[in-house]
Amino acid sequence: MNRLVDGHRSFEKQSGAAGVCSRPAVYEVRDIRFRYREGRPEDARWVLDGVAFQAFEGEVLGVVGPNGSGKTSLLKVLAKHVGAQEGAVYLLGKNLATMAQREVAGLVGVVPQDTQQLFPFTVAEAVLMGRFPHRPHDRWSSGFGWENQEDLAVAAQAMATMDIAHLACRSVTDLSGGERQRTVIARALAQSPKVLLLDEPTAFLDLQHQIDICSGLHRLKEERGLTVVLVSHDLNVASQYCDRVLMLKGGTVFSIGTPQEVMRTEVLRAVYGCDVLIDAHPESGLPRITLPRYRL
Amino acid sequence: MLLPNSEALRAATLTAPRWFTIMGAFGLLTALLGLVCLQFGAQPIGLNEIIQIMWHAVGRGALDGDAAGSAGVILLQVRLPRVLLGFMVGCCLASVGVALQALLRNPLADPYVLGVSSGAALGASAGVWFGVGATFLADAALPVCGFVGGLLALFVVYRMAATYERLPVHSLLLAGVILNAVFSALIMFITSIMEPNRSFGMMAWLMGTLTAPAYPTLLTLSIYLLSGLFLLFNQARVLNILALGEESARSLGVDTEKSKRFIFVLSALVTGAVVSVSGMIGFIGMVIPHAVRLVLGADHRLLLPASALTGGAFLMGADTVARTLLSPAEIPVGIVTAIAGGPFFVYLLVWRKDRLA
Repeated sequence: MNRLVDGHRSFEKQSGAAGVCSRPAVYEVRDIRFRYREGRPEDARWVLDGVAFQAFEGEVLGVVGPNGSGKTSLLKVLAKHVGAQEGAVYLLGKNLATMAQREVAGLVGVVPQDTQQLFPFTVAEAVLMGRFPHRPHDRWSSGFGWENQEDLAVAAQAMATMDIAHLACRSVTDLSGGERQRTVIARALAQSPKVLLLDEPTAFLDLQHQIDICSGLHRLKEERGLTVVLVSHDLNVASQYCDRVLMLKGGTVFSIGTPQEVMRTEVLRAVYGCDVLIDAHPESGLPRITLPRYRL
Repeated sequence: MLLPNSEALRAATLTAPRWFTIMGAFGLLTALLGLVCLQFGAQPIGLNEIIQIMWHAVGRGALDGDAAGSAGVILLQVRLPRVLLGFMVGCCLASVGVALQALLRNPLADPYVLGVSSGAALGASAGVWFGVGATFLADAALPVCGFVGGLLALFVVYRMAATYERLPVHSLLLAGVILNAVFSALIMFITSIMEPNRSFGMMAWLMGTLTAPAYPTLLTLSIYLLSGLFLLFNQARVLNILALGEESARSLGVDTEKSKRFIFVLSALVTGAVVSVSGMIGFIGMVIPHAVRLVLGADHRLLLPASALTGGAFLMGADTVARTLLSPAEIPVGIVTAIAGGPFFVYLLVWRKDRLA
């Protein structure tokens, strides 16, 4: 039977059997449309054009798709860095558009793709900044003040989780790519978030660090019930480490479901326009995507 | 469960005791330097004599110094207000430099380089030209003119340099250069159509000069500047987070648009007031934050007040050089700071490109 002919709606229905969907939704995205700037014709294209899906508590949701399919823009909308022009995003039942930035920051930790640092903060200072949304807040003293015992304990825990406790006194400008990445994840964890959004967390890392980060995220999900939304270019990372995968094409959801449902030759051919080899991963049995040797 | 050691973390970050120790040490050193600066001048006054005169003045509750002879008059009516003014101006320029560097994520940002100072100078000269300076409002009105000019400059520089939410270093510097050129031309124009005796004073002011103010003027100015600095210091943690970049700042719960606007306006306010009294004194806003950051790290809760004290001390010292080097003649202090700061700017641009984003 050719599933693709049925259209991608069938994948969504299937994913209901995956188990995670019976949990409460953390994010509910309702038909959002988003573009960067209005008025200029070259920016008039909708980067996200009617995206709708849900992210459930305690799942790792991978967002994949070709260049320019709207992956990073979707993450920006979820993080409230930008607002969608149409549709709405609900975070734990509240409309994101009506929430204060500070309120969002208390629930959502974001790890951007570019973690390059300019000013020589120490790693400890950088991680403690994650406590900013939880600081005591009043009109006149919101911008000064010291971290309290709880802040220090949470930050120390986050640093231990990401294995950067030994770097506490180092300057963030002197760190290697992997160390910097872990520092930024620790900062996001110090926010005590319910959701972690990551943009290409493994892009510039060597193999060891890729495995560390991915297993670390899996552990966080298991131990704390954290919801993780992860944008990745790497289909294998999405397939091996994500509970569900969301495939974007041209700003719309092409398919969403378990890795087995999404990572199929027909889907990848339709989205990327090329044939790849898919077999079972020798350890996990999940789909493994391999590039073909030549294309003449 | 193994509890992670948060005490170890405490050692790696800023705490209140550490803050008070460092600030105390900086305050003490600055005060000592102030005493040294009071001794030098066209007529040197010994330390013993200074302490005596001060003691008398405090005892009498008056700052006129008449009872202590000519040394008393020089010290209390000329030198002390000038040293205090130098300190305040230096404080403000360094603090604004710190704030702009964090906000624009650019270690070269400085009110002078970005054209904010020349915008403020244009505002103030326009004020003088239209005769605002001659009215009874002079003390309060010229800083406001400077503020308007500075704010305009900051707005234009920002809009010129920003491309797609990013602020590339070179377009920022270029925008500053262009703005400086245009504003200088306009200031020259205003100067050239003034009567010769007024334009001479104007030129000296533009080069950056500290003149001994009357105490009431000093008081008005210090209220204006201290409230600006207080509000700026209160944004220290926000500045820390803005220094990470706009998107990260949003992720950490800062309302970036609101905070940026607030800090820009404060910076223009303080710069405007400073320029309206002391003209264009350059490079303090760039050099001092850099030097302090190298020593104390990047946390703005410490960096901002420590840079303020260091900037104040630096300008007191530079002004002492300016008024003693060719004594009894004086050099504009802006020339001294530019000669000291220029090479540092070159060093940053040529050898520390990696730190320029």
